[in-house]
Amino acid sequence: MNDRNHLGNVSVTHEVRIIENGLLDIPMLAILDADGTVYPQAKEPEINQQLAIKMYHTMLYTRMLDERMVAAQRQGRISFYLASTGEEAAVVGSAAALSADDMIMSQYREQGALAFRGYTSAQFMNQMFSNRLDPNKGRQMPIHYGDKALNFMTISSPLGTQIPQAAGYAYGQKLAGNDALTICYFGEGAASEGDFHAGLNMAAVLDCPVIFFCRNNGYAISTPAEEQFAGDGIASRGIGYGVRTIRVDGNDPLAVYSATVKARELALSASQPVLIEAMTYRLAAHSTSDDPSGYRSKKEEEKWRLKDPLERFKVWLLNKGWLKKEDTENYLKEVRSDILTALKAAEKVPVNPISDIVEDVYSEVPWHLKAQREALLEHIKRYPDKYPKTAGEVGK
Amino acid sequence: MAKLNLLQAINQALITAMTEDQKVVVFGEDVGHFGGVFRATSHLQEKFGKARCFNTPLTEQGIIGFANGLAAQGSVPVAEIQFGDYIFPAFDQIVNETAKFRYRSGGQFSCGSLTIRTPYGGGIAGGHYHSQSPEAFFSHIPGLKVVVPRDPYQAKGLLLGAIRDDNPVLFMEPKRLYRASVCEVPQEDYSIGLGKAEVIQEGNDITLLAWGAQVEIIQKAAAMALEDGVSCEIIDLRSILPWDAHTVAESVMKTGRLLINHEAPVTSGFGSEIAAHIQEQCFLYLEAPVTRVCGLDTPYPLAHEKEYMPDEYKTYEALKRMLNY
Repeated sequence: MNDRNHLGNVSVTHEVRIIENGLLDIPMLAILDADGTVYPQAKEPEINQQLAIKMYHTMLYTRMLDERMVAAQRQGRISFYLASTGEEAAVVGSAAALSADDMIMSQYREQGALAFRGYTSAQFMNQMFSNRLDPNKGRQMPIHYGDKALNFMTISSPLGTQIPQAAGYAYGQKLAGNDALTICYFGEGAASEGDFHAGLNMAAVLDCPVIFFCRNNGYAISTPAEEQFAGDGIASRGIGYGVRTIRVDGNDPLAVYSATVKARELALSASQPVLIEAMTYRLAAHSTSDDPSGYRSKKEEEKWRLKDPLERFKVWLLNKGWLKKEDTENYLKEVRSDILTALKAAEKVPVNPISDIVEDVYSEVPWHLKAQREALLEHIKRYPDKYPKTAGEVGK
Repeated sequence: MAKLNLLQAINQALITAMTEDQKVVVFGEDVGHFGGVFRATSHLQEKFGKARCFNTPLTEQGIIGFANGLAAQGSVPVAEIQFGDYIFPAFDQIVNETAKFRYRSGGQFSCGSLTIRTPYGGGIAGGHYHSQSPEAFFSHIPGLKVVVPRDPYQAKGLLLGAIRDDNPVLFMEPKRLYRASVCEVPQEDYSIGLGKAEVIQEGNDITLLAWGAQVEIIQKAAAMALEDGVSCEIIDLRSILPWDAHTVAESVMKTGRLLINHEAPVTSGFGSEIAAHIQEQCFLYLEAPVTRVCGLDTPYPLAHEKEYMPDEYKTYEALKRMLNY
């Protein structure tokens, strides 16, 4: 056993000096200015036209999907939706820097990452309509996507629970010798949960190849960031836990992409976690159940509209000659019709059979669930008009 | 066959599991080099390396969160929570994550390979925070299995059963028996399937039901009753969730009487669930009310531990009342 010295790295002072907040300067990486030009001192990432267009299209797609689904919720066609408007660069820019083998553990506002991986409009719709084509079998509220084939972990509502899970998943990837890591998304509000602190500390101590990606969008529902924490954002906490950390302009797809490429390289080569804090703004309401006019001004929102990640990315692509205006128009037209067709199809698909209600609780249906299912089916048979969705299946 | 105590049996089960499957990973507070505060994981780090048996920071929610992710990835985690009393910071991870992973993803992902080991129960002068029996909380979580062994033979077989079961299992170890309970344990591999109670003594007049360390208490009470000529049927429930209602009901239909003994507080203890179910199933067979002999509805005391415990004397008294009902 080696002797240890936990004072080994501690320097000594003879002056009574309390360390004050703000001594640490954590700058924000910015490459693409809000007007779509690259900052003179900044270096563009190595990115080809094909990838850049895929990123831009995914961001556009996400915005269209959000607009359409918020409307569908207002029309009463789905019960709930959660838009990512304003945060598309943070999500798509980071997802674009990953390998398809990397596991994505998201919070709930990362539909852009799923779209980037190839999730189709039909797949989005089947989940949101909880129909029998939904791989979750209609068991979760809309937007709780999950797709094993795309390495996208099924979303759960409790905030921050995915953070220590990501550390564990990444540890398993390392043990198995996979050349892949885990990325874990969460918001600055979720970073107040105990699971954030547990997860970062576990990942740092146990050398887990995981990227913790915080979307600091300024609000947790109505609670502004200054009522969420007093320190220097989330980045300062990474440093406290001994986690390599970078802060980026979350509305700048090139900065997010560059930071994530670097983070991935570091996390895999050193088998260590990296924390990215993306500074962005939730232009959307928290969800369709929320109304931001109760807690923030239109003026504040307007300021952030000027920093729209899609606009600046479009200007950059146009200037590069990688994009033509009419391409975008055609793409939008195509996407609109694709989403609408998928929506109309998904709402006609029935829900999963009622007998499925007790499946997947355990690997096999145990005796008590069999008995409960039998009793339920008998009951539905007796009151078919009270359970119109399922009465047809159980017969008389 | 060697005589082992309960800790040695658990250690042997872990060695068997880790030898058999490279994916088995054991971790928790002080679990690594030190081998755990009770030494259940002794020498595992030496044998299998630090990547597969290691210390974690002191964070129960972190341990179970990490374990959930590791299980979902395809590894076979065996996570230790140092005392059952300290499992509550991990309650959210267990209730909302471990147990719901499979259901919520339609079977795409699951934590089925996860086993959580934790010592529970009193009788060791441990006061409030080293003595609780929290099994009833976990009996209310669809998707989770809860298992409690009564002796070293059962501990080895049930732990291997839990690790190999394709569902997340909370494996609760009666710490009062860790060194006190000794019996013959085969060196070779065997596992006991979950969800089955065991009738460990047949009898005609009354059914006594318990699990974990309380099984030996009802055995002592049965021996006292035998002197009075009372024939007791003794059942070790072994699995709390899902529980083997069939075996219990069958016994009660024969004896007409059911006494349930558990250490946890009586109100909303798992005995309540058993009593409710058995009166539904066996109403016309009952010769006396289903009776619970349990801990008091107080925090677990220290100085009055002996008085608090549902011991063999309280059990014997209740049993006599039931026979004279």
